[in-house]
Amino acid sequence: MSFWASVDPIYTPHYGWVVWLIVLIRVLVGFGALMGAVTLMIWFERKAISDMQSRIGPQRWGPFGILQTMADGLKLILKEDLIPEQADRFVFKLAPYLVVVPALVTFSIVPIGGTMRIAGHVVLLQIANPPVGILLLLAMSGISVYGVMLAGWSSGSKYPLLSSVRASAQMISYEAALGMTIVTVVLATGSLSTHNIVDAQAGGIWHWNLIRLGVIPFVVFVIAITAELNRPPFDVVEGESELVGGFHTEYSSIRFGLFYLAEFMNTITMSAIIVTLFLGGPAGWVPNVAHLRWVFPIVWFLAKTVAFAFGYVWFRAALPRFRYDQLMDMGWKQLIPLSLGWVLIVAGFLIRPAWGFLMVAVVLLAWTVLSRAFELGRSRDRGDQSVLRAIGHRAIPDDVLREHTDEEF
Amino acid sequence: MANLFTFFGGFKLTLQHLTRPTVTTSYPQAKRPKQPRQHGRHVLNRYEDGMEKCIGCELCAGACPVDCIYVRGLDNPPDHPVSPGERYGYIYEINYLRCIHCDLCVEACPTQAITESKMFEFSFTNRADAIYTRAELLVDDQGMPRRLPWEDWRDGEAEMTGGWMRAASPNGEAAFEGVTQWTGDLGFGVRVAEAGQSVHRDDAATGSKQLRNVFPKHLLPEDVPLDQRGLTGLAKTARAKMPRRHRRREP
Repeated sequence: MSFWASVDPIYTPHYGWVVWLIVLIRVLVGFGALMGAVTLMIWFERKAISDMQSRIGPQRWGPFGILQTMADGLKLILKEDLIPEQADRFVFKLAPYLVVVPALVTFSIVPIGGTMRIAGHVVLLQIANPPVGILLLLAMSGISVYGVMLAGWSSGSKYPLLSSVRASAQMISYEAALGMTIVTVVLATGSLSTHNIVDAQAGGIWHWNLIRLGVIPFVVFVIAITAELNRPPFDVVEGESELVGGFHTEYSSIRFGLFYLAEFMNTITMSAIIVTLFLGGPAGWVPNVAHLRWVFPIVWFLAKTVAFAFGYVWFRAALPRFRYDQLMDMGWKQLIPLSLGWVLIVAGFLIRPAWGFLMVAVVLLAWTVLSRAFELGRSRDRGDQSVLRAIGHRAIPDDVLREHTDEEF
Repeated sequence: MANLFTFFGGFKLTLQHLTRPTVTTSYPQAKRPKQPRQHGRHVLNRYEDGMEKCIGCELCAGACPVDCIYVRGLDNPPDHPVSPGERYGYIYEINYLRCIHCDLCVEACPTQAITESKMFEFSFTNRADAIYTRAELLVDDQGMPRRLPWEDWRDGEAEMTGGWMRAASPNGEAAFEGVTQWTGDLGFGVRVAEAGQSVHRDDAATGSKQLRNVFPKHLLPEDVPLDQRGLTGLAKTARAKMPRRHRRREP
């Protein structure tokens, strides 16, 4: 307990109003900054993607249209709030909060900067630093699946229902790969706390998990988290051409606004989580000047996060939407085995190099067996050994054909 | 491996687009230059001496596929004739709730009395406003179209009222290139013929200059017009963008 008291005043046994005030300010500033960042992110995404498509984008409200999000929010609040007659009213009203609250809570574990001295207390520049840290991320993303699922189910409409089925299947299958890559990070760090994860990467660019763990976990994590966010190219959940608007088709007014808000809040949070887990969070060069010592880490963190936010926009502009079966193939047949194998290799090297090389051999063997199995599986419906081949060449019996056609012949 | 590179091709392309100029304009404030033969709201022209060109023959009404034109001719009063012919268009109405701007009336007209301006941005709040009468369609004493309160006129849209006529006259035959077969308009005189296929099109006159400068940057290399390719093309566009006084004299 004494260690935590040294990094965060909330863990001291007796605390007075100063500590309360510090905590209050920290929470207000943290969430306030997140809200501000969300409005900027929505504007940034719309502006950047329109630049990439040679369009102008929002331009009416404020300089460069920066207040467009405010105008949209105001419009959404003032609109009529409709609840479909077939909807399960309680669940329908509950679902947006199940999406927004996890999005907010997840951000609280992100270290925004290093430490700061306020009134004799050493304060962490993050909203909360629970010892379970990164598990909170997994728990919250698990709860937001419920939000999406219940939103689609309670709408009492078929497209949202289909969308929510897709969403839950997709989010659950990618959560496995996501969890596995987080395990590699946690194995290397030896702690679940985000503060410790960032601390372990502080010694320069070669200590960043991106390089220390090999690039594979980073790539898997970025792909899995994009799927988890339902962002393009993994946004089959709201494929307009198939499902109208996805799980929030029946939502209007501020309830829809909450989904929209949560989506972009999650984008920012997950960019920040990627930075925390793999790019050293606020780590970076800091000048040896008294007041710049706490400003620079924040600047580094923001720069890295904005880079990833831009990456998400870039994904959306460059990549077409995945087909649903391709999505599932990628999740189950590629990302999960890959991340699982990498956990084994990293764990082996953490014990001693000999174990590491043994694990590499084991993983290579497993990879060969798996790819042969996938190949066989494919050949059963497409190749020479296809079980469908016999049916394909057989003439359909007349009585069966007559059952399925209207014409007499 | 080739697959991987094509995968990243999309990323490269979208990033390149960041540096390219936008194709869209912020519409109500800025308008794109209109095409030389744009079909807009009609005008009824006058001769250079102020006489009306319309002779009330009703051929436009006959040609109209949607029956939006209503014309009645009347004999010219002998002491102060309205048109040089026997009769003049006494009633001339176009219903813009029906008009499809096909320009068949312009083709049918034997005296080039009815032509179309480039202005198509007009909206009304009642049906009576949608029916333009002769007084509204007829050009004023300077030969310019009358600007009604609900119409959005910009520079150049009033001047180029004879686009289709000027383009159609050469008839595709080299012998008729540059030959004018139309009468003069009040305020403009006899309008110049549009350049044919053997001459470089005069971009400044047709109003499509800006479009030609913007679009090559969005085209595939092989689709860029020949005179705008490579270094010479770059030099040419740069020179075209320069203010007039710095420009070298054309050879």
